[in-house]
Amino acid sequence: MAAPAINKPGTDSAGNTVQSLTLGKALNLGLRAAMEADPKVLMMGEDVGKLGGVFRITDGLQKDFGEHRVLDTPLSESGIIGTAVGLAVRGFRPVCEIQFDGFIFPGFDQIVSQVAKLHARTQGRVKMPLVIRVPFGGGIGAVEHHSESPESYFAHTAGLKVVSCSNAVDAYWMIQQAIQCDDPVLFFEPKRYYHSANMKAEVDTDATPMPLFQSRVLRQGTTATVVAYGPSVKVAMDAATAAQEEGKSLEVIDLRTLSPLDLAPVYDSVRRTGRLVVVSESPSEASLTSEIAAKVQQECFYSLEAPVLRVNGFDVPYPPAKLEEHFLPDLDRVLDAVDRSLAW
Amino acid sequence: MSSPETWTHPEPREGPAATAAAPTAEQVIAGLRATSEGGPELVQLLTPEGERVENPEFDRYVADVTAEDLRNLYRDMVLVRRADREANALQRQGQLGIWVPLLGQEAAQIGAGRAMRPTDMAFPSYREHGIAWTKGIHPKELLGIFRGTDNGSWDSNATRFHPYCIVIGNQVLNAAGYAMGQRFEGKVGDDDGEATMVFFGDGATSQGDVHEGFVWAAVYDAPLVFFCQNNQWAISEPTERQTRLPLYQRARGYGFPGIRVDGNDVLATLAVTRWALDACRHGNGPVLIEAFTYRMDAHTTTDDPTRYRLSDELEAWKLKDPIERLRVNLVRHENADQAFFDSVQADADALAAELRDYCFNMGEPPIEQMFNNVYAEPNPVLDAQRDDFLAYHASFGGEH
Repeated sequence: MAAPAINKPGTDSAGNTVQSLTLGKALNLGLRAAMEADPKVLMMGEDVGKLGGVFRITDGLQKDFGEHRVLDTPLSESGIIGTAVGLAVRGFRPVCEIQFDGFIFPGFDQIVSQVAKLHARTQGRVKMPLVIRVPFGGGIGAVEHHSESPESYFAHTAGLKVVSCSNAVDAYWMIQQAIQCDDPVLFFEPKRYYHSANMKAEVDTDATPMPLFQSRVLRQGTTATVVAYGPSVKVAMDAATAAQEEGKSLEVIDLRTLSPLDLAPVYDSVRRTGRLVVVSESPSEASLTSEIAAKVQQECFYSLEAPVLRVNGFDVPYPPAKLEEHFLPDLDRVLDAVDRSLAW
Repeated sequence: MSSPETWTHPEPREGPAATAAAPTAEQVIAGLRATSEGGPELVQLLTPEGERVENPEFDRYVADVTAEDLRNLYRDMVLVRRADREANALQRQGQLGIWVPLLGQEAAQIGAGRAMRPTDMAFPSYREHGIAWTKGIHPKELLGIFRGTDNGSWDSNATRFHPYCIVIGNQVLNAAGYAMGQRFEGKVGDDDGEATMVFFGDGATSQGDVHEGFVWAAVYDAPLVFFCQNNQWAISEPTERQTRLPLYQRARGYGFPGIRVDGNDVLATLAVTRWALDACRHGNGPVLIEAFTYRMDAHTTTDDPTRYRLSDELEAWKLKDPIERLRVNLVRHENADQAFFDSVQADADALAAELRDYCFNMGEPPIEQMFNNVYAEPNPVLDAQRDDFLAYHASFGGEH
C-alpha cells in the first residue's frame, strides 16, 4: 500500500527519498511503514480508526489496513492495555494509543503488573512486544488531565522501556524501532509539536537510523551542558541559541531514551563543561531529572564546577491553562539555571 | 438454562443496610442464601446423593462419557485433592511460604479443564491447581511460586496455561485480548475452532478489569468462556458484598449468555463448559459460567475462616462434596469396584510422596535469576547493576 502523498517526496543527491514532515505526520508515516512491514502489527485505541485519533496521528490507517488491524476500541484504558497483553501473548504486536497523558492511569495497573513483568515471570518464554503511545506534556491550553508528564512512573518500573522523540526524523524512525522491539515500550510524544509547521524536518526514509536506546548530542558547546527530552528539547535548543548571543556556548543533549538511560554522552559532556542543567516538564520530586542528577554527581564528581541544577515543572498538580506558562520550563528559566551554575 | 428475561429486581432487604460495618453471622448466611436463589436454574446432572438426573438441554454434551471417563474424572479429583492437601501440609511444616487451598473446588476445575482441548488457552487466577492438572502441568511445577523460588516454571506457550495471576481480575482482560487474537486469526467458526477460558472468583467480579473484560469480549465476539468459581467467600467478604444478584445474570447486561452450574458436580460442569466452548469455537462470542461451589478450606494458609463464617455452613457444604458424589454414583451403578478406589488412593499417595520429595530437594534459586529475563533485549543499565552485584557477592566467596 502506497503512502498518501501529503508532501510530494523528493530525492536527495544520494537518491534517497526525502520528505519535509511535521512530527505528527512523521509518526503517521512511521506507523504506516511498520504496519506494511509486519502484518502482526495492530493499532488500538479510542478513536484511532475513522477519526484517525484525536491528534490524527493514525489518520488513514484503518481505511487502508482494515478494522481488524486498526481497532476503534471501547473507552477503557485498562481494556486497551490489558487486551494488548493477551494479543501480544498470541503473537501480535499491538500499538496502543492513550488519548492523553493524564488518562493513562486507569491502565497503570496492567502496565506495571502485567506488561512489565510477564517476560520475567515466564523465564523469557512470553514476549511483550507492545508499544504504548502517549501524547504528553503541556503548552496547548488544555483542561486538566491533558498536559501531564507521567514518564517517571514508567521509568521507575523494571521491565518497561521508555523513550521520547523530540523531532520529526526521530519520530519517524523511533516509532518503527519501538514496534520492532521485543520489549514493551512506553513511547512519549511531545503533543504540542505534532503539527508545528516551524518544526518540520527533512525525513530521509531510506536512511539508516541511529539506535533507539541512545541519546544524541544535538549541539556542541563548552560553557555548560543542557540535557532534555521530548518537548523540552526545543526549549533547550532555543536557550542555547539565546545564550550564544551572550557569548555562552551550551552543549545540548537529547536523551531520547529514558529507560534505559544512556548517560555516557552526558558524562562525557559534563567532564568537559563541568556544569549540567537538566530540563523536564515533569514535577521534580523523585523524577527522571533526580535520577540524572544523582548519577552525574556519582560519575562526574571531580569534574563538576557546580551542583547539577534542574529546571522542572513544579511539584503541583498541572495548573489551569492560564498559569501553565509559569509552570513550564521556558527559555528564561533554563538561561537562569545556566547563570546560577556559572556563578557557583 | 438461565432465563435472564424473567429475572426481576431483588426484594429490598430487611434489617441493616449492606453497608453496615459488621454484619452478624446470621446476616451473612442470609445473604448467601439470597444470592443462591434460583435453584431451578442451577444446571445439575448429579445430585449430592450421586443420583444421575436428566437434563434435556445438557445431557447430549456428556452423552459420550463412558464409565471409564467417569472413573478418570474421579481419579483426577482425588489426585488433585491429595496434591492440594500435601501442599497445605508442606506449608504447615514451613516448606512453603504460603499455599492457596483448592479443597472443595475439584469438580468445578476438573469439569471445566477436561472440557478444554489442547488448542484452547487458559488464563488462571491463583487457585487453579485443578485446571493446571488438566493442562498436563505437574503439581510440583506450582510449588516454586509458593516456596519462593520462582514465579511458576511451566511453559505457558506449550501448555496453553498462562502464568498464575496474583492481582485480582487482571487476567480477564489478558484473556479477552488473546481470544480476540484467535478470532482475528480466523481460528473460530467451526468444530475445529479455538477458544479461551479465563478463571476468576466471585470477589474478582467487583474489579473493573472483569467488567471491562466482559465489554471487550462482547463487542469483539471473542471466543472466551468466563469461568467464575463462586466459592462464596473472597477471603472474609461474602458474595453478598460483591453483588445483589446471582453473578451469572450479569452476562445479560453485556449481551452474552450467562449460566449457573453446580460447581460441585463434575459431570454438569463438564457438560456446561463443553457447551460454552462449543459456542465460542463456532464464533458465537463469549459465555459466562458461574460455577456455584464452596471453598472448604481457608482462602490461603494465612487466613482463619473461623473468624468470619459459621461451622454450620461448612458442614452443610460437606454434604455436597464433589468427590463423594461421584464416588457414590460409581458405586451405585457398579462402574467401579474397591480395587479401583484402592488403586486411585495408592496413586494419590504416590503423587503426594513425589511432591514432598520434590519440595524438600528444590534448593535455592541462583542469585542471577532475578536479573534474568527482565528484558528480552539488552539493557546496559541493568546489565551493569547485575555485574556489580555478582562481583560484590563473589567477593565474599559466595557466602554473603
